[in-house]
Amino acid sequence: MISGAEIMVKCLEAEGIKVIFGYPGATICPFYDKLYDSDIKHVLVRQEQNAAHAASGYARCSGKPGVCVATSGPGATNLITGIATAYTDSIPLVAITGQVRSDLLGRDVFQEADITGACEPFVKHSYIVNKTEDLPRVFKEAFHIASTGRKGPVLIDIPMDIQQNEIEEFVYPDKVSIPGYKPNTKGHAIQVKRAVDAIKNSKRPLIVSGGGVLLSGVKPKFRKFADSTRIPVISTMMGIGVMPSEHEMYLGMLGTHGKRVANRALFEADLVIVCGARLGDRAVAAPHQMSENNTVIHIDIDPAEIGKNVKTEIPIVGDMKNVMNMLIEEIGDYQVPRQWQETVKTWKKELFREPPVFDGFVEPRTLVSKLSAMLRSKAILVADVGQNQIWCANNFRIREGRFLTTGGMGTMGYSIPASVGAKLARPTRDVVVVCGDGSFQMGMNELATIAGHKLAIKIIIMRNHRLGMVRELQDFNYNKRHSATILEGDPDFLKIAEAYGIDHAEANSNEEAEEIIKGMVKSDKPFILVCNVYPDTPSI
Amino acid sequence: MQYTLSILVENQAGVLSKISGLFSRRGFNIDSLAVGVTADPNVSRITIVANGDEYVVEQLEKQLNKVIPVIKVKRLNDGEFISRELILIKVHCAASKRAEIIKTAEIMQAKIVDAAPDCVTVEYCETSARVKTLIDMLKPYGIREIVRTGTIAIDRGNAAVSV
Repeated sequence: MISGAEIMVKCLEAEGIKVIFGYPGATICPFYDKLYDSDIKHVLVRQEQNAAHAASGYARCSGKPGVCVATSGPGATNLITGIATAYTDSIPLVAITGQVRSDLLGRDVFQEADITGACEPFVKHSYIVNKTEDLPRVFKEAFHIASTGRKGPVLIDIPMDIQQNEIEEFVYPDKVSIPGYKPNTKGHAIQVKRAVDAIKNSKRPLIVSGGGVLLSGVKPKFRKFADSTRIPVISTMMGIGVMPSEHEMYLGMLGTHGKRVANRALFEADLVIVCGARLGDRAVAAPHQMSENNTVIHIDIDPAEIGKNVKTEIPIVGDMKNVMNMLIEEIGDYQVPRQWQETVKTWKKELFREPPVFDGFVEPRTLVSKLSAMLRSKAILVADVGQNQIWCANNFRIREGRFLTTGGMGTMGYSIPASVGAKLARPTRDVVVVCGDGSFQMGMNELATIAGHKLAIKIIIMRNHRLGMVRELQDFNYNKRHSATILEGDPDFLKIAEAYGIDHAEANSNEEAEEIIKGMVKSDKPFILVCNVYPDTPSI
Repeated sequence: MQYTLSILVENQAGVLSKISGLFSRRGFNIDSLAVGVTADPNVSRITIVANGDEYVVEQLEKQLNKVIPVIKVKRLNDGEFISRELILIKVHCAASKRAEIIKTAEIMQAKIVDAAPDCVTVEYCETSARVKTLIDMLKPYGIREIVRTGTIAIDRGNAAVSV
């Protein structure tokens, strides 16, 4: 005989899961008891939301679904923001929650919450398991759904008695049979041919790379395509890292907080090839204008994204990996007109501005632009949300590494827990967090996780004593009335670091900061660097 | 523009809330909704009549297709399907008016299914348009109560919505 809890552990093992993130409680105790005997590493976070962010960071760096676990009631509801963040960023996640005994469901007992109901808008799919026998099928389906098609979080809610009940034997299914789930990954050959014809007939084509390119693992092929065709590339927030920042034909991030050269190119292009991006309002503030000026080819695995925000002339539904292979084959040795290549190169030079330096402060944009050179080429930079995110998105010179941030939901407090997942997925790489003093305080409870697991994560706090992004908004739109954006009562972050036993330093100039960074990257211990930033430093 | 969608779904708990949630979340309006099991007990069929422009309908079909237990979504083409809804109308009916009301029901091919000294109940199974006509005709007598189902619809001829 085998219990539901043991089956849950065996399902995770069968999926090849090595690390999970979670926080126990009464209704998930049967599972935790069996987990105790397993080789799966459990990372105890300090708040459930962070388990989801950590699992998300793990998923993005390992390419496999991340797993997070919480108990019923508040444990489960705390997960929601993390699940929602993964949902908007299309990150594969399997979230497991304990639930009150099935005979008590609906009676509002202690720590009961309708989590499948509450998560409804934020999950790709959810299950509430009502028979122990169903567990293997549900787990198999959940991992399949999370990691195929347009990736996303799947929630499995498991009442305590379902974990305790025993059945005869455990058999993990090899296949799934879900009649309503058959994502089209192939890419239509005729549409690809139409797209290539359109590219060949255009004078000023432009590629917009989105997070989908990274999610489908097609980065090398994508770079090959961009290299050989010389089509200029801009990217969305989630697509940063698809191209090396220093590439001649890469123009940076588009959008309201993006690079001027990227937006200029988008405006002037006569053909736009959108690759795995949904083009939300931050990327394209006026989507109707975009399609007035140019022809749009939209490649996406989710048919619902095509035509949702931007009018599309040539839709291609499919996995970027397959579509990219077809494009490369079809396009042959085509190259973009020389004049367009030269034009964008000129703009790139003309539109670059060196940020001004304020004495006695660190200039964050300049520091971030120099950071990459001090790290190894596959470094992972995790940015939080706020001005720090924009500074990093526009200035980090990414090479072979990753840029992790939440572009869709924009969840403050994401960076520190996400870095935990990233470091555990890629222990040999440099993992650096850049956050603000606001976002640091939303995630700083995870310093305990970092210290406890001795993770060599380097945290750079850009301290301006402000919620800088909102303050900037107030400067522009609310008559400089800084309502609730001045951070009062902040602790001494160096003493916080000290309390966790984490090495630390403070910098008041770029020279000082660079010197400290050079030292901190050599150590195999975590580090906190507090950079004092001039309060009125703009985002862009 | 009004349109009719036929949706085949896996017959499992929570499907209806997933679908109705999707409508409210994305700001789509439902005029009517009807659910019932199909010949296959594992599959239910949902018929939704809704309003919106071409963009809305297209988005709606795509979003519905993303719901995992949704097996198939089909927009029924205007004029190529038969639709019915069922209505029960309780009409105020003084003895002096009874003959008139029975006559009206006869003209419309509706059935009187219940009667009391001062009211009758009319049953009618027809298209939404015909149902509206009947309601309009009975209104002057004073309608006490109306109960109606959502519209159900089926393709004309050989066409069918199947798994």
